[in-house]
Amino acid sequence: MRLTGAQALVRSLEECGVEVVFGLPGGAILPVYDPILDSPIRHVLVRHEQGAGHMAQGYAQVSGRPGVVVVTSGPAATNLVTPLCDAFMDSVPLVAVTGQVARGAIGTDAFQECDTIGITRSVTKHNELVTDPADIPRVVAEAFHIATTGRPGPVLIDLPKDVANAEMEWTWPVAIDLPGYKPTIKGNGRKVKEAAELIRSAERPVVYAGGGLLKARAAEELARFVDLTGIHVVTTLMARGVFPDSHELALGMPGMHGNYTAITAFQQCDLLIALGARFDDRVTGNPAHFAPGAKVIHVDVDPAELGKVRVPDVPIVGDCRVVLGQLNDDLVKHGVGDVDRTAWRSTISGWQERYPLRYQQSEAGIPLKPQFVLEQLRDHTPADTIVVSGVGQHQMWASQFWQFDHPYTWVNSGGLGTMGFAVPAAVGAKVGRPDRTVWAVDGDGCFQMTAQELVTAAAERIPVKVAILNNAYLGMVRQWQELFYEERYSEVYLSPDLPDYCKWAEAMGCVGFRVDAAADVVPTIEKANSINDRPVVIDFRVDEFEKVYPMVPAGGSNDTVILGPEGDEAAARSGVAPS
Amino acid sequence: MSDIDQSEHAPRHHILSVLVENRSGVLARVAGLFARRGFNIFSLAVAPTDDERFSRITIVVDVASAPLEQITKQLFKLVHVVKISELHPAESVERELMLVTVKAEPSLRTEIIGLAEVFGGHMIDVGYAELTMSLADSPDRLDACEALLRPYGISEIQRTGRIALPKLRRA
Repeated sequence: MRLTGAQALVRSLEECGVEVVFGLPGGAILPVYDPILDSPIRHVLVRHEQGAGHMAQGYAQVSGRPGVVVVTSGPAATNLVTPLCDAFMDSVPLVAVTGQVARGAIGTDAFQECDTIGITRSVTKHNELVTDPADIPRVVAEAFHIATTGRPGPVLIDLPKDVANAEMEWTWPVAIDLPGYKPTIKGNGRKVKEAAELIRSAERPVVYAGGGLLKARAAEELARFVDLTGIHVVTTLMARGVFPDSHELALGMPGMHGNYTAITAFQQCDLLIALGARFDDRVTGNPAHFAPGAKVIHVDVDPAELGKVRVPDVPIVGDCRVVLGQLNDDLVKHGVGDVDRTAWRSTISGWQERYPLRYQQSEAGIPLKPQFVLEQLRDHTPADTIVVSGVGQHQMWASQFWQFDHPYTWVNSGGLGTMGFAVPAAVGAKVGRPDRTVWAVDGDGCFQMTAQELVTAAAERIPVKVAILNNAYLGMVRQWQELFYEERYSEVYLSPDLPDYCKWAEAMGCVGFRVDAAADVVPTIEKANSINDRPVVIDFRVDEFEKVYPMVPAGGSNDTVILGPEGDEAAARSGVAPS
Repeated sequence: MSDIDQSEHAPRHHILSVLVENRSGVLARVAGLFARRGFNIFSLAVAPTDDERFSRITIVVDVASAPLEQITKQLFKLVHVVKISELHPAESVERELMLVTVKAEPSLRTEIIGLAEVFGGHMIDVGYAELTMSLADSPDRLDACEALLRPYGISEIQRTGRIALPKLRRA
């Protein structure tokens, strides 16, 4: 059967199981948009290509299926660079198709030409320029294979306009021939035995659960591991939800804004079981002082992560779900050891009692606390609500104060820290899980970067809900200037009511609410929850001066946790100074 | 030869032999991983192997071992990189090709040709007052020959960068 390159592309996407693409047409991609009209694939028309990328990320994170983006050449491709980099850092499977000028015009500075392959080379797992229409099915099949296997990531296909217009002979399925790409899935048996031995003899073990567990869909194996061993679990920002916060062995988030117990359990453990985690600087602080007394088991599907920051005692390359399965089988077969860990458990519960997360509750007459808003939102939404955040203070508060009890209910930009991630990612998440309530928790600074995608949401009837924690500042930067730059506030003030968020929301086809008082928080959340035919935006006017605590200053040792005013007060009352 | 190699470029000098799929853009991907970290590639040689689907890239870099290990792991993540081996100078044989044009007045020709013969080089072009010779040998022998030719006046020199294979076992 003869097809054009464009028809072959759309057909290949269908064959790969794509149900939705996020995109925006333009000159070089025009041929592809014609067969999209006849395809069962849903197309979500974005207002900016960056939005398409983040939507695809949100979609992929909650659904486990790769997110697909189709945009044109030049400025569309450069607008896509940020989400590609974001997806690369957070290992999110994406397939992006960009239009390109015709083959003969490449390299001539043609209209809307850019070197997409060159520009995106370092922010994609792989990319490929298609030079022959006959290659399209293979290139698409390989793109999905590469994006979704091993350590997932974004793959970009650059399609010149004349290749899309040229005819080819359609064949499917196609053989994938990638001699240099063979991810290791199963862990080395000897290493797994060594790991099991360390686990059996550890006195103070802790699991360091990373986002790789979610990518490997390993939540059940992790639960089985914890059932077997009774070992506590710390979940990184990227792993929130992989282990239920309500579990008695859950310690919450570690790192720069982690809680005291999670941070200190790492510092004082004798065995760190790192699963799909990458010893990011936001977790380790100064790596020379991180978990100084711990032996390390490090499981990751990406061999380049093993030894990158910390040389592990037992490195295991493999898929976290498979390796945890092997480990669990060994622990079942040979036992979990008989070390008495009562002392370690009571040390941990002592920390939890003394150093919980604290803030001053909202009362009438004092400014609304962002943490209070989050607690109310958490308590007045369904338990399996998907929370999507931007980047900054609100992101940390969301991670700290939400209770994540289900995997794939937390979407955020961890590695790249992309402000403006929340709104489009929430739209994508709602497309991926229309059955779930999706709340974006956003900052006022973040919201202004990508709010236009609420127009997309309104037009496409994607009823997401957005809670803006509006403190009128670029809050995290303000916090650093307060703590480390002698309160010299440089270019961080944004104003609480410029723009008017309610009017803006309404102009974009959403419902807008404003909340200033603690008493209005719950009723407004309930009103928002009852609206399901359009997006809702709530402008929560929160305390400008609230800071995120605990905090370990950048590059500092995790032995010195700043608990903040409320935390220090509580520690003083209990008569114990934080170590 | 191997002892010369070691004395010449000890501890930071590394040779990577990278087998890649013979596809467009592979070299840029490989080079990009070094450029991103600010490491300079000392020499580079690329050519197809006996199997036309694959090419071999021989890269010489001056990098400490720890970052090199990380780069090697990152290189291996490139979809089109099939195999990477580090060739330790003491355990590999290396060759490089040099073409050099030397100023040679007729009165000096014999002397220069004699010098070339000592190194096993060949005269491949002769002009009125210049000679072009080729020499394929270990990089250090090329360095030595170049140093001896320099006083005569080198007008052009071109070296290929080294290629290398592991030494064979004799026992």
